[in-house]
Amino acid sequence: MLFTSYGFIGFLIIVFAIYYLLPGRFQWQFLLLASYVFYFIADPRYLIFIAITSATTFLAAKKISDKKKSFDVWFKEHKKEYEKEERKSLKAKEHAAEKKIFLACLLFNLGILAVTKYTNFTIANINSLLSTFGRADGISFVQLIIPMGISFYTFQSMGYLIDVFNGKHEAQDNLFKFALFVSFFPQLVQGPISRYSDLSATLYEEHRFDWRTVSFGLERILWGFFKKLVIADRILVAVKAIIEDTNTYNGFYAFAGAMFYALELYADFTGGIDITIGVAETMGIKVTENFIRPYFSKNIKEYWNRWHITMGTWFTDYIFYPISASQFMMKLSKKSRAKLGNNLGKRVPVYLSSFIVWFTTGIWHGASWNFIVWGLGNFVVIMISQELEPFYRWFHSKVHVAGTFGWRLFQVVRTTLIMSSLRMFDCYRDVPLTFKMFGSIFSKSSLSQLKIDAFIEMGLTECDYLVVFIGMLVLVAVSLVQRTGSVRGKIATLKAPVRFVIWYGLFMVTLIFGAYGIGYSASQFIYNQF
Amino acid sequence: MYKKIIIVILIIAICLSGLGLATKLLEPKYMSGILEGAMIQEYYDDPTDHNVVFIGDCELYENISPVYLWENFGINSYIRGSAQQLIWQSYYLAEETIKTEKPDIIVFNVLSMKYNEPQNEAYNRMTLDGMKWSKSKVDSINASMTDDEKFIEYLFPILRYHSRWSDLNSDDFKYLFHRDKVSFNGYYMRVDVKAAEDVPEGRPLPDYQFGDNSYYYLEKLTQLCKENDVELILVKAPTLYPYWYDEWDEQISEFAKENNLTYINFLEAQDEIGIDWSTDTYDGGLHLNLAGAEKLSQYFGTILSEEYNVPDRRDEKALNEYWTTVINRYNDEIARQEKNLELYGSVHEPEN
Repeated sequence: MLFTSYGFIGFLIIVFAIYYLLPGRFQWQFLLLASYVFYFIADPRYLIFIAITSATTFLAAKKISDKKKSFDVWFKEHKKEYEKEERKSLKAKEHAAEKKIFLACLLFNLGILAVTKYTNFTIANINSLLSTFGRADGISFVQLIIPMGISFYTFQSMGYLIDVFNGKHEAQDNLFKFALFVSFFPQLVQGPISRYSDLSATLYEEHRFDWRTVSFGLERILWGFFKKLVIADRILVAVKAIIEDTNTYNGFYAFAGAMFYALELYADFTGGIDITIGVAETMGIKVTENFIRPYFSKNIKEYWNRWHITMGTWFTDYIFYPISASQFMMKLSKKSRAKLGNNLGKRVPVYLSSFIVWFTTGIWHGASWNFIVWGLGNFVVIMISQELEPFYRWFHSKVHVAGTFGWRLFQVVRTTLIMSSLRMFDCYRDVPLTFKMFGSIFSKSSLSQLKIDAFIEMGLTECDYLVVFIGMLVLVAVSLVQRTGSVRGKIATLKAPVRFVIWYGLFMVTLIFGAYGIGYSASQFIYNQF
Repeated sequence: MYKKIIIVILIIAICLSGLGLATKLLEPKYMSGILEGAMIQEYYDDPTDHNVVFIGDCELYENISPVYLWENFGINSYIRGSAQQLIWQSYYLAEETIKTEKPDIIVFNVLSMKYNEPQNEAYNRMTLDGMKWSKSKVDSINASMTDDEKFIEYLFPILRYHSRWSDLNSDDFKYLFHRDKVSFNGYYMRVDVKAAEDVPEGRPLPDYQFGDNSYYYLEKLTQLCKENDVELILVKAPTLYPYWYDEWDEQISEFAKENNLTYINFLEAQDEIGIDWSTDTYDGGLHLNLAGAEKLSQYFGTILSEEYNVPDRRDEKALNEYWTTVINRYNDEIARQEKNLELYGSVHEPEN
């Protein structure tokens, strides 16, 4: 059920009405039912997968948590009976037992993700390898279901399992409460990847109807619809035209395509997250923010702290840190320092950990090489910018531009251009073609190539471009205002007629200028695919 | 407390008015270019109490002139026609008509039997948007929707027509709250001539059998008329395109016989009607022009008067007054189209 479909809006109205009519103690149970209905509507078979992940993760985490608790109680009572070394050994034994459960559950669930999502990608690679050795008869592809949002809910569940294993919090005692944490319908299809400690704080609480909370939620939903329907789905037409006809649209148009895609992806993904957060907010549930004005970032590192934040922190906390702190990395660090010197040697484990994180980030986005290369592209850019740090310091000691508006603007534009260039891998979904199109920006762009008619032939009229442009200005203006606090909070302080004009105006603008209905193909949110 | 209630009511009123106004502005007006979209709605403005109601596609609304039937036979008739009107749409229009008034005769053109499934959203809209909300309209929408269509977009037309914001023109503002009449009791007039140069041969079809759905609605229409004591006459207009196959004709003849209905294939009576394909069509044989329509009206009017005893009501004062206004518009339109033909070579004024 697409967030922007009439079906979803109808579903939401029904859920919302029942949610607030029910006694508070039944609200979370109802949300679980609604989430499973939502998933059932998408495809009844998906339910098996999410139920298995929920059940196995719940049982494993519970077992680990119970073991931890009983061990802690026993250990407190008996620790005086043992010597220091013996106590250490007992702890290690307990840890190893927990680790077995932990790894079994982790590998089982990541295995489901790997099999459903990456089997055919693996077969395709084996086949192409075989063909290079002259073997034409490759392995046949298999028909597999890829459950909606599997990457999101698997990562969310595994994050919970890791936290329980690391003793960050206790396991949830109620299977159904945990099932709701995994399947909470607004965030099921495109995240954010919530942490149990964050989401559970409000997910199971009783919520009474509060006009301010509900209206804030509705405003956020409306803002999401505006971004998705007015901007993303409109510019999508031009993006598609550019991607599909690379013979016509290369050179400057490939650059324009990358810029259009940057706008589309931002409006699409943040719009979807706005709807997610808004829906949860109308029911009094707080979902973690996933973006902080990412296009205002001054470098790639900052960008990744502001874009898809929950995914970034997931990879940092659950992959980067564990790998960096692993025994293997410690040994590698020692060896590389010994061989390459302290300065260079200490970077080897960091770079290797980063490489693994970005490789995983890439493949998490999709089972194809373009995503892997995109991930590694990010790695390369971040590593280069780190290596250039001394040069930057030298530059700023000579040229005193740091902190000026012009320099900050340059940094923002530079970051946007780099990120948009990397995203061309996502656009064209073909590595050699992406390089070719990127190259054409420099080799084929010329003033003579640039024709206004070519933009009209992409399927959008002058009016459409005007709507997108004005929409983009609104996005920028809102982002600028947002720097000093919640825009909705600020609007809420205005006089009632002004507030009415703003929100009713936004509603009418979205209703009229939105790209939806007959004549427009309803487009999935881009991140639904991941 | 009262103040709060008033404010809430006021806000709701403003919101609904805004939505209503936007809907009115954005919905197509069909006042120039494609006039057919405005025809279904016109029925509700006119007096009912018709003796004969024609229901069907362009083969009726371009080929029969109710004005001629009134002037020459005193028959009070109306054409509930729309472009590519599908048989289930005709059925629900008939159902609605019978609920509104009780005609003596319903005339149904059988060409639409060839369509067994929903066809085209734009044509659906031209038939369905103009209907007043009723169970008949709801059922007609449900029967007509193509895969892309959603019922809610009929309920709230702004969801369908919102994208017209970039196509708005002066007509959209001029006809925001009213419409001009575009038909003459459902008749769409054309006075120009484009001769039919050859008589087409139908291309062989893989299957000539009318579909189950088409038959289902034809049977429903028959049943509806019988239950309400309305005479149902099946007709096939005398136009050359789209081709009317003998196999189709046999099926309709068979159905009419089984159900004790009259079926008139005007194609077989072309000579009797006196149709001259070099002068009586404006688009090479697809539709009749005014001259052709009046010839067919003369022929059919005689049948309706003599065989079905449809009364001559020219002595009814109120009806006479109504028809005088229609006749005046009719004559004005003839004059306008003839003048345009003379000036521009087309019945339409040149676009600015």
